[in-house]
Amino acid sequence: MTPYLSLSIWVPIAAGLAVLGVGRDRDAAFARWIALTGAVAGFLVTIPLYAHFDTATSAMQFVEYASWIPRFGIHYHVGVDGISVLFILLNSLMTVLVVWAGWEVITTRVAQYMAAFLIMSGLMNGVFCALDGILFYVFFEAMLIPMYLIIGVWGGPNRVYAAMKFFLYTLLGSLLMLVALIYLYSVSESFEILEWYKVPLEMGAQIPLWIAFFLAFAVKVPMWPVHTWLPDAHVEAPTGGSVVLAAITLKIGAYGFVRFILPIVPDASRYLSGFVITLSLIAVVYIGFVALVQTDMKKLIAYSSISHMGFVTLGFFLYSQLGVEGALAQMLSHGFVSAAMFLCVGVMYDRMHSRQIADYGGVVNTMPKFAAFMMLFAMANAGLPGTSGFVGEFLVILAAVKADFWLGFAAAVTLILGAAYTLWMYKRVIFGPVANANVAKLTDIGRREFWLLTVLAVAVLGMGLWPKPLIDVMHVSVANLLQTVARSKL
Amino acid sequence: MLADLNALAALPEIVVLTAAASILLIDLFVSDDRRHVSYWLTQLTLLVAVCVTLTTLRLDAVRAYHDLVIDDMLADFLRIACFVAVSLILFYSRSYLVARGMFRGEVFVLMLFALLGMQVMITGNNLLTLYLGLELMSLSLYALVASRRDHAQSTEAAMKYFVLGALASGMLLYGMSMIYGTTGSLDLDHVARAIFTRQASPGLLMLGLVFVVAGLAFKLAVVPFHMWVPDVYEGAPTPVTVLIGTAPKVAAFAMALRLLSSGLQGVSFDWQGMLIVLSVLSMILGNLIAISQTNVKRMLAYSTIANMGYMLLGLLTANRYGYSAAMFYVVTYALTSLASFGIVMLLSREGFESDRLDDFKGLNRRSPWWAFIMLLVMFSLAGLPPTVGFYAKFMVIEAAINDGFVWLAVVAVMTSLIGAFYYLRIVKLMYFDDPVETLPIVVRGDTQLVLSVNGLLLLVLGILPQQLIGLCAIALTQSNFP
Repeated sequence: MTPYLSLSIWVPIAAGLAVLGVGRDRDAAFARWIALTGAVAGFLVTIPLYAHFDTATSAMQFVEYASWIPRFGIHYHVGVDGISVLFILLNSLMTVLVVWAGWEVITTRVAQYMAAFLIMSGLMNGVFCALDGILFYVFFEAMLIPMYLIIGVWGGPNRVYAAMKFFLYTLLGSLLMLVALIYLYSVSESFEILEWYKVPLEMGAQIPLWIAFFLAFAVKVPMWPVHTWLPDAHVEAPTGGSVVLAAITLKIGAYGFVRFILPIVPDASRYLSGFVITLSLIAVVYIGFVALVQTDMKKLIAYSSISHMGFVTLGFFLYSQLGVEGALAQMLSHGFVSAAMFLCVGVMYDRMHSRQIADYGGVVNTMPKFAAFMMLFAMANAGLPGTSGFVGEFLVILAAVKADFWLGFAAAVTLILGAAYTLWMYKRVIFGPVANANVAKLTDIGRREFWLLTVLAVAVLGMGLWPKPLIDVMHVSVANLLQTVARSKL
Repeated sequence: MLADLNALAALPEIVVLTAAASILLIDLFVSDDRRHVSYWLTQLTLLVAVCVTLTTLRLDAVRAYHDLVIDDMLADFLRIACFVAVSLILFYSRSYLVARGMFRGEVFVLMLFALLGMQVMITGNNLLTLYLGLELMSLSLYALVASRRDHAQSTEAAMKYFVLGALASGMLLYGMSMIYGTTGSLDLDHVARAIFTRQASPGLLMLGLVFVVAGLAFKLAVVPFHMWVPDVYEGAPTPVTVLIGTAPKVAAFAMALRLLSSGLQGVSFDWQGMLIVLSVLSMILGNLIAISQTNVKRMLAYSTIANMGYMLLGLLTANRYGYSAAMFYVVTYALTSLASFGIVMLLSREGFESDRLDDFKGLNRRSPWWAFIMLLVMFSLAGLPPTVGFYAKFMVIEAAINDGFVWLAVVAVMTSLIGAFYYLRIVKLMYFDDPVETLPIVVRGDTQLVLSVNGLLLLVLGILPQQLIGLCAIALTQSNFP
């Protein structure tokens, strides 16, 4: 059997190292081509994961198992189920887009830039398919290093502050998780995540474990009130960095909820579900309002990300098939939509070197093709039916209404808010008369940008119109997860 | 007669002693421009010592010279670690020494004598042997710190080191004398037996224990016995700084293990409490004060203090798993520390120490490779995967949790978050800032090779640590540790 998962981890990392090895600034073109080849190869090896995926079972598939550190019973154990497999595909696809998006834009230290993204991509694939606690942790932490460099080296004026804040914030959460992982090992004599699903734990142990895991993943998601690193990181990061942060890194936090928190400490999760739902609703509603008043486009999309991710955590803690599937669909959709939105801002920023909404106006007059694409993505961000944004939000709201009408009502407010802040921004930037001479000089998107946005547009529409193939992949695994979660461990 | 001495057990010591004495003599007949003869002879000595240690490797523990020394796997392993460390220091510091007129025979000979002292500390099985080893090492180091006679800061550092070091030695000796007084023996095995059979007076033993722990804490550089560290690190010539910061820590670990575990395991409950206090204080203060440093050597000094605090986490569990974790920690810390000072020396040149943080600005522009190696070093010190520093922290934290000290583990990870800040700052300077220096970095070929291997080893061991973890576990199973 071909080790597709190992390939999906190590092909991008090897390509990244190759780029570092051969790439010098004077032959940047060479580095770009190697990077693109590596990224495409990395994506191609993940396609069999979907094509050969057995949707009838909730067991782990494509499993690879080898001894790694026998002294602690740590294994190189990877595998995917219906919950994780789609994120590996999403991540590998995004890597191709990000490499492509940085093609002409990045001119300094090109090889290092491309390598950072490729290595990061491999590490994130590792996070999604690791089934050993320490293996997961290694990927989870190692991922911070390339991101730190991406923000700090190629970022905006305040990049140092943003990079430090990003790193220390996320490290704070994950260090406590390390203690939790080791504690689970001392209880179960194993670092196998699937073993931990079965270990009985008292409430006195579950609550501290829950807090440790929750801090690690809530910072990553990010949930209100530990979200403050995200707007800074997004604003300062280069376009590619923002895309990867929004599309993949945030998903890792949410993924942690379903892989660790819900099944390992189910009783604590139930006990504290009200707390999480409250935080999620605050994120959805309050952060929605915060997004409304932003004057910087990237910041606005960053806050919209937090608000959308609030939906995801809300969906998880409703404990219903609809809720969890909706949350997962929302994660995928947000991966496409936020990536597309950040790329759109990037397209404008490359031309105008400004992210301020006030500096724009009437862009449609000079960039009609671009305006059409951005229209679609703005609609998807607002959750318009027919786009991918609708699927997840609708399912989660449905689940919320089933649980409690007012809960559903509060969640549905976001549809209005989301439409308000996204479309208002769109209106101010794109429509109206040409605002100033700089806008008048804009040139419409070129071939590279056109195809980049087309790929995302197809994904957004495809998932919105025909989500069944994706939902089918998740269905059995989600049902199994809910069964696991329903069993008390006391 | 010679047969019961088991003289072979101390063969590496004999080799180093003979070679040190010979190099001292040979160096007299070597002219200044051929000083590299002494240098290579020193390197050769270290190589031979490693080979000798490997060929006389035995799985069981051998007591020799009427139980004065013990040769077990632990001793062999740590001796080799010290040999390698000193050899790497010589490789890294050659240009530095030449540029400052310190490329002299006495420096090499003093290094070898310090090494001999460490070897005795590692193999000692008797209170006096251990003390003699410690003194031999310390006296050589005092002289080395002062070896730049024309440099006021060096001399001041040497004085501080000497006065405080002598005080610590005095405390240690005082504690040892009390232990001798109450157990009636200097032999660690007899001491242990006397404690287990309750022949020792508890009060006197406790008093002795307190002094012994204080003396050890001074050598390990843990709070509150750390005051000398930053000044000595900053004032000493960089090759001596790295010598103080690496191999002696390994030797001090071995000595602590011999004294506390082989000798005083019977009162482990009491020294456990003391080590907890030392460990927590070191982790917190070491990391906090390091933040405000602007000199790399001072920053690394506080980093040493903090790291020794983490190492104590393993030691204080008072069981073999914890010891092997602490051993892994101290060995990998030495390796990481070597690389960090290696880079500092690499960037220095005649009349320029390169020991300010700002000297690292824009290193990625000047040399992506050395910036990358330093990046590995910093992330390893911060304990981030995929570097070996992660497993070091992982193992000591695991040992602490396994022994029921979850709160200590939480303190450890929270302080390492503080630590991450100042290690990251170096990465920030190297990668995010523009260079102030534009001079090319000129490095000898052999230094480049060795330093690159050293740096990459941090990554390789971070991905495949099982061999080293296994070695640390084996080293402790064959010895007389509980």
